Amino acid sequence: MPGDITINICMGTGGIAAGGEAVMSAFEDALASADIAASVKKHCAAHKVGCRGFCARDVLVDVIENGGKHTYEYIKPDMVKRIVEEHLAGGQPVQEWLVKEDYHTFHGKQVRAVLADCGEMDPEDIEAYAGRGGYEAALKSLTSLAPTDIIEELKRSGLRGRGGAGFPTGLKWEMARNEPGDTKYIICNADEGDPGAFMDRSLVEGNPHAVIEGMLIGAYAIGAQRGYVYIRAEYPLAVQRLTIALGQARERGFLGRNIQNTGFDFDIKVKLGAGAFVCGEETALIASIEGNRGMPRAKPPFPAQKGLWGKPTVINNVETLANVPYIMRKGSGWFAGFGTEKSKGTKVFALTGKIRNSGLIEVPFGISLREIIFDIGGGIEGDRKLKAVQTGGPSGGCIPASLMETSVDYESLASAGSIVGSGGMVVLDETDCMVNVAKYFLEFTKSESCGKCIPCRVGTMRLLEILTRITSGKGRPGDVELLQELSEDIKMTSLCGLGQTAPNPVLSTIRYFKDEYDAHIIERRCPAGVCKSFIAFTVLEEFCKGCMACVRVCPSGAIVGEKKKPHRIVQDVCIKCGACFATCKFQAVRKRAVYGEIHTR
Amino acid sequence: MEQRLEGILNNYLQNEGNVISILQDIENEFGYLPEDAISWISDRLDVPPARFYGIATFYSQFHLKPRGKHCITACTGTACHVKGSEWLISSLTSELHLLPDEDTTEDRKFTVEKVNCLGACSIAPVVVIDKEVYGKMSSDRLMKLVKKLEKKESEKEKA
Ligand SMILES: Cc1cc2nc3c(=O)[nH]c(=O)nc-3n(C[C@H](O)[C@H](O)[C@H](O)COP(=O)(O)O)c2cc1C
Ligand code: FES
Repeated sequence: MPGDITINICMGTGGIAAGGEAVMSAFEDALASADIAASVKKHCAAHKVGCRGFCARDVLVDVIENGGKHTYEYIKPDMVKRIVEEHLAGGQPVQEWLVKEDYHTFHGKQVRAVLADCGEMDPEDIEAYAGRGGYEAALKSLTSLAPTDIIEELKRSGLRGRGGAGFPTGLKWEMARNEPGDTKYIICNADEGDPGAFMDRSLVEGNPHAVIEGMLIGAYAIGAQRGYVYIRAEYPLAVQRLTIALGQARERGFLGRNIQNTGFDFDIKVKLGAGAFVCGEETALIASIEGNRGMPRAKPPFPAQKGLWGKPTVINNVETLANVPYIMRKGSGWFAGFGTEKSKGTKVFALTGKIRNSGLIEVPFGISLREIIFDIGGGIEGDRKLKAVQTGGPSGGCIPASLMETSVDYESLASAGSIVGSGGMVVLDETDCMVNVAKYFLEFTKSESCGKCIPCRVGTMRLLEILTRITSGKGRPGDVELLQELSEDIKMTSLCGLGQTAPNPVLSTIRYFKDEYDAHIIERRCPAGVCKSFIAFTVLEEFCKGCMACVRVCPSGAIVGEKKKPHRIVQDVCIKCGACFATCKFQAVRKRAVYGEIHTR
Repeated sequence: MEQRLEGILNNYLQNEGNVISILQDIENEFGYLPEDAISWISDRLDVPPARFYGIATFYSQFHLKPRGKHCITACTGTACHVKGSEWLISSLTSELHLLPDEDTTEDRKFTVEKVNCLGACSIAPVVVIDKEVYGKMSSDRLMKLVKKLEKKESEKEKA
């Protein structure tokens, strides 16, 4: 008699992009097919689950039986039949498709606290969440705790905001609670505008009920009757799962009037963002919910004093709120057991860039960057050399390879010239140009600046102009000093966090990689071979087989040549898009420096 | 058009919406914000058109011009940037003969759009073609996909 078998298929955005839906229906078809004995069918159930982190290996499939778990990686629909026949029916796992050693080292140093249920259950099923202890904390809070008890417990836990600034959550709630007035609001900030970050998306997709439960507890603690989730429209799947979850919570009486017969009323509305990074800033977000242009205003008054429609409002990040039910259920001592003196608990990071094991990770504060990159991340792709780690997105900075022992916590990263931020961690290797990275972020902040205050609107523009000049071979001596001076001014005088932090990528790259700036300005070369003005593509005749592959992909018609004869790139027409370079199987297309040397193939 | 706008207006009045949500509804309905639609709504609500345009130009989600039939969205987030999205975009614009500040081809067959991050950074660089997400994109693969679409379009035209 076989035991019950659960099949969990990863269907976050990553899983779906890799073909998760097709794999799911392949399992359903295979399980429905006549070849499989009814006794097996009865005990198998396929579920979709949210992101479990290792998106680069998707589609990931777990087969769980008798408490034992086998995980398959890179699953395609045509592989499903064999898994069903050999493993589910025959009891023999398909060894060659199982995850290898590195899947386990990826998880080895991680701690799953806030992500405990993410990737383990169907996010569109409230019963799955309730079955794992979900909504217990809310029930306990509403029935047997006073709002001040909750606030005290949060303060003891040491939870700090995960949205960037790291403000203690308990204190924020206390401020809002102590404000006079009956109407108060709680807002979940799911705008996640930092490029290269997807922690909040994964949480909302993988466990929307934890966010709702966190908001419910928060609403009760501060005395709010109404909540909003401000979420990016670029995350359609997250919006869909959140909407389903809200409906289920209403049905089960965790939202709406007289919640669980306690007399407490609370409901949540979803507001879609319209694509503006600055709307992640709390006062801009409030303006956007009110239907205006999302422009920040000066603080104080803080939103906790005067927020949405002028009423006291708590704004918290998705991850902050999702931590709340776990803290209330497992206790502040459990939470404070992770992390360092001043940075308690765990943090979710999006590990991306030139890293071998890219994905979503959760680690205790105090872990070193080296452990994250080499132990969890498995080192750099293609065995190239690590150059730097960019943390905190456009507000953060680059930490060079020499500082990899830095502990990951709010204070240590700040003293290294960066920030924890919302949790983006982009790994850069020797083929990345640091001046280009700084220019990239300034392009971003320049176009996202709301334009209200001059230092940010004009300052970012000027910084970008100088960086563009440097990367296009027109840099002047003194440019670096000019960048530094201007950066300090912008930091000091901007109205909101966007401008105050926008120069950070420039300052941190100058601090650690001044030699690269000098190479661009003085030697007119880009050591990493990235900046287009300093490179050219050519065909090495002795390697070229005349296969026409590059001619076919060249979008600008810059490559001339006949079949079986060496091709040539017409430099005046070439737009340096690198399509030929990526296509050539014979390594005949070479990237070379216009002056001096670069180190790529 | 008026009928469709009437529906949007009713939805607004019933769900205590705001200017942004009306514009989101119009954008969803028409694919962009037609000038006539804004004048109509502005008349009916007695809100000056400038208020609508102020919002529409602030948020990148809104478009004042019609979009192409096929929409190619390239992610330019940090992870995609370091994996070469800039190169993908220059090959796209060149292939479709777009000028530097154009995003839609003259025949309105293609629109090339940039987005800050799609949240699928572990499979960077990411390109979305007609709502389908492609990860680990390379410029040669992208060129092949686009050329296939172009061929399909020109065949349709002949038929
Ligand atoms: C330009 C800018 C963008 C921001 N974007 C976000 C964001 O996308 N998500 C977020 O949670 N917080 C963002 N913040 C931080 C919020 O203003 C706010 O501090 C945070 O939502 C508070 O929640 P927490 O205390 O839980 O961290 C941003 C701040 C600035 C200045
Ligand atoms: S940076 Fe492109 S998906 Fe995130």
